[in-house]
Amino acid sequence: MQTSYMERVHKWGKIWCFSMCAVFFLFPIAVAVIFRAAPDWQGLVQGLIATAPMYWAVGIIETFTYLPMLGAGGSYLSFVTGNISNLKLPCALNALEQAGVKANSEEGEVVSTIAIAVSSIVTTVIIILGVILIVPLTPILNAPVLQPAFEQIIPALFGGLGVVFVSKYWKIAVAPIVLMLVLFIAIPALNAGTVGIMVPVSAAFTLGVSRLMYKKGMLD
Amino acid sequence: MEFSVNSPILFVLAGLVIAAVLAQSVFFLVKAWRRGKEIGMDKDRLKHIAVTAAVFTIAPAISIVIGVIALSKGLGIPLPWLRLSVIGSLSYETVAANNALSGMGLSLGSAALTAKQYVTVAIVMTVSILVGIWLVPVVAKKVLGGMESLEKRDRKWAEIFINAMFIGMIAAFLGFIFCDVSDVFKGSTAGLIPVCVMIVSALVMCLAGVAVKKLKYRWISDYALPVSLVIGMLSAIPITAWLG
Repeated sequence: MQTSYMERVHKWGKIWCFSMCAVFFLFPIAVAVIFRAAPDWQGLVQGLIATAPMYWAVGIIETFTYLPMLGAGGSYLSFVTGNISNLKLPCALNALEQAGVKANSEEGEVVSTIAIAVSSIVTTVIIILGVILIVPLTPILNAPVLQPAFEQIIPALFGGLGVVFVSKYWKIAVAPIVLMLVLFIAIPALNAGTVGIMVPVSAAFTLGVSRLMYKKGMLD
Repeated sequence: MEFSVNSPILFVLAGLVIAAVLAQSVFFLVKAWRRGKEIGMDKDRLKHIAVTAAVFTIAPAISIVIGVIALSKGLGIPLPWLRLSVIGSLSYETVAANNALSGMGLSLGSAALTAKQYVTVAIVMTVSILVGIWLVPVVAKKVLGGMESLEKRDRKWAEIFINAMFIGMIAAFLGFIFCDVSDVFKGSTAGLIPVCVMIVSALVMCLAGVAVKKLKYRWISDYALPVSLVIGMLSAIPITAWLG
């Protein structure tokens, strides 16, 4: 699939991602300059030591895990706009499924990029509307009756998505689902905070099992 | 200029960064759309992909607004607006902000922030999550090139490889849904709420599949995932009242 289009996507992606890195720093730098306020160095160092190593380690693993699934354009967008596992990737997966194209084809690249770009734009616009309407919206969105609905987005999302993919690829799905169920039920430390770390573990395990089954001719 | 976490200039600065993020999304959308047409994908098909993605995004995006509201109590509106419009999440931003503040002997929402404290929090939030943004352009070509050569060597395995990655991710989240189930043995049924919500969502998806087969309405399949998502979320309200 190495076409001139793909070459251009990588070129655009590099320019955009490195530029966005700089743009993200403009906010704290501009605030510091405008309000003549240098950072609190002790707080900065302690805050970075407590936060950065873990999230950088997770970020490195996530990059290599999600890149093949998101494709080039989808990755360059998703790693800037965020919400990858709970929004962008399911959105791209759904679009690929609906369009009936393979992720590792050029059509798949186009489909996932369009789905992720639209999802990013819609998310940004909805957040802008939320900020503009924050005063009237706050009591509605914070209403106790609605809280359970927003707390259960992941089960509501992966219930539907799971049916589609598990039924389609059930042969390779059984082993990782059983393993993840056992691990998540048996180990109390595995929870909302650590599910991101378990994605690459699960993906690596599924790849190993699939390879074994493929070699034994069980996936023909 | 006197500092406030909701100072108008902060809205302008956050708005400028978010405009740049929006511009990147529009840029890639236009390029992919044009390429789609070049390789023979018709306009209606492309439009269809875009509309489905937009509908699917609405409910999760509203939950992000709730995150902005939650963080705004301690950090004002502009910083959470900016941070949750780019890479990050409510849990990450809360952890990063709290770690920065505790380094200064504070906690989130404990006191009105000074400009110095605000800048410190903003830098910690920005730096600690930045790895993907610079790592992706460094490694993307190599990783995706590896996928491409894998496909040339063994097309069937390349296809299984990518599907196994998808299934691996879904399996991890399915496992996570069951993480509090064992609390039943301690007398709490709250751990069953996500499981029941997942089952409702899965049932809606199955019903949609049956309806597509029986009625031959393709549009049902197009909107099955967003509909199962919203019905699943709504079902959480009575299920939580029952089990919570």
